[in-house]
Amino acid sequence: MTGLRSTTLALAVAAATALSAGAAWAQDTLRIGTEGAYPPFNMVDENGNLHGFDIDIANALCAQMERECTFVIQDWDGIIPGLLAGKYDAVIASMSVTEERKQAVDFTDKYWTNKLQFIAPKSVDLDLTPEGMAGTSVGAQRATISAQWVEENMPDVDVKLYDTQENAYLDLGTGRIDAVIADKLVNYEWLESDAGADFEFKGEPVYENDLIAIALRKGNEDLLADFNAALTAIRENGTYAEINAKYFPFDIY
Amino acid sequence: MNIDVMIAALPKLLEGAWLSLQLLFISGFFGLMIAVPLSIARSSPRLAVKALPYAYIFFFRGTPLLVQLFLVYYGLSQFAFVRESPILWPVLKEPYWCAIITFSLHTGGYIAEILRGAIQAVPVGEVEAARALGMRRSTTLARIVLPRAARIALPAYGNELILMLKGSALASTVTLLDLTGMARTIIARNYMPVETFLMAGVIYMTITFVLVRGLRFIEHRTSAHMRGRPTGPDTAPPESIA
Repeated sequence: MTGLRSTTLALAVAAATALSAGAAWAQDTLRIGTEGAYPPFNMVDENGNLHGFDIDIANALCAQMERECTFVIQDWDGIIPGLLAGKYDAVIASMSVTEERKQAVDFTDKYWTNKLQFIAPKSVDLDLTPEGMAGTSVGAQRATISAQWVEENMPDVDVKLYDTQENAYLDLGTGRIDAVIADKLVNYEWLESDAGADFEFKGEPVYENDLIAIALRKGNEDLLADFNAALTAIRENGTYAEINAKYFPFDIY
Repeated sequence: MNIDVMIAALPKLLEGAWLSLQLLFISGFFGLMIAVPLSIARSSPRLAVKALPYAYIFFFRGTPLLVQLFLVYYGLSQFAFVRESPILWPVLKEPYWCAIITFSLHTGGYIAEILRGAIQAVPVGEVEAARALGMRRSTTLARIVLPRAARIALPAYGNELILMLKGSALASTVTLLDLTGMARTIIARNYMPVETFLMAGVIYMTITFVLVRGLRFIEHRTSAHMRGRPTGPDTAPPESIA
């Protein structure tokens, strides 16, 4: 723990204590950070409104916890720093639980399970071994486990890192890169769209048990417990299944 | 503050800095090549000659560099004829060349406007003297106007070079791992934005410092005639005056 970060933490704890002491905690607005560029999980429509699976889940959880929530849109590669800096209280942006992130933040229980899978043009055969992929260029979003997976498992691949997943698809569409590795369901959504018509999944998912959860600043035990209780509740009362069915014809939990 | 993190990030950041320097100097060179003819045409009193450079400068100064970069990188690649061209696509496929092209065109617009001002600031008397000696217009331009304008433009050009160094950080938005792109990629792993960006900032400042000193040296060397005679013991006024 560095000096600066422990100071930030101390301030956050002090602020939290002050708020709960004032009994304003329960009514206080919960600020939720999300990216807004990750269809179908979180995206912004023409009118600037957030929507998507994450947003519906977040709203359902807030309703369950009887808390008022507001959303804060934050670029992906600054989303953990923004949480640590107190710009919002929770990240609901389809974030994977990783050991490295656990050093920085606390995670709730999972709210869906992700798999990583390659997509590429239908006309191309990909040999998805480290040797077979050597020399190809693969796009991934910066600061995601997809990027990390390909960097660690396929060292001879030319990894191109994008600020948003959408930009990676743009470059796959023009043939600037050979393949994209991303969350299977995000790829699924793009393959279903017009832009993805000439592309398909390649091979089996390369990584199967990627748990997606809500990230909180460390030490927010009460909020963590509230979120977990609300998650269990919406799983049991059918709200989760309803939201799931809105986006995918299969269970993603 | 974690010094170990900063030191661990240093080798990768220097690798990124090398790419930033390439972007800066290659686009700085091509920008200058674009700017010289543009500024000469822009200084013309004739509307037909100065209209096009005026429009060029207006466009590149009037739109954000990020928009220009996205137009070249994501925009041009949307056209099938660009992707099918055996000449255009090998160049425009590479983010490196997209960045070089955009930065060159962008800085070219700014340098052209700086040079335009400098050309118009060359004292009329010097141009008239050259003409009176029988120099042709082109000779006057090459021997009198441009060398004088270059010296006048130098401080402003140095400023533009420094702005371009910082502008080159936008290369990170088109997958290039320049100094900023490298810093962001490192932060994706270590979650230490303060330490990593601070280190990147120190490297940017070091580059700027060297640029400033280098430019000041050139300015000093090219302004000897304006500093007057050196004052040595021979030229000092007699002490009896005091």
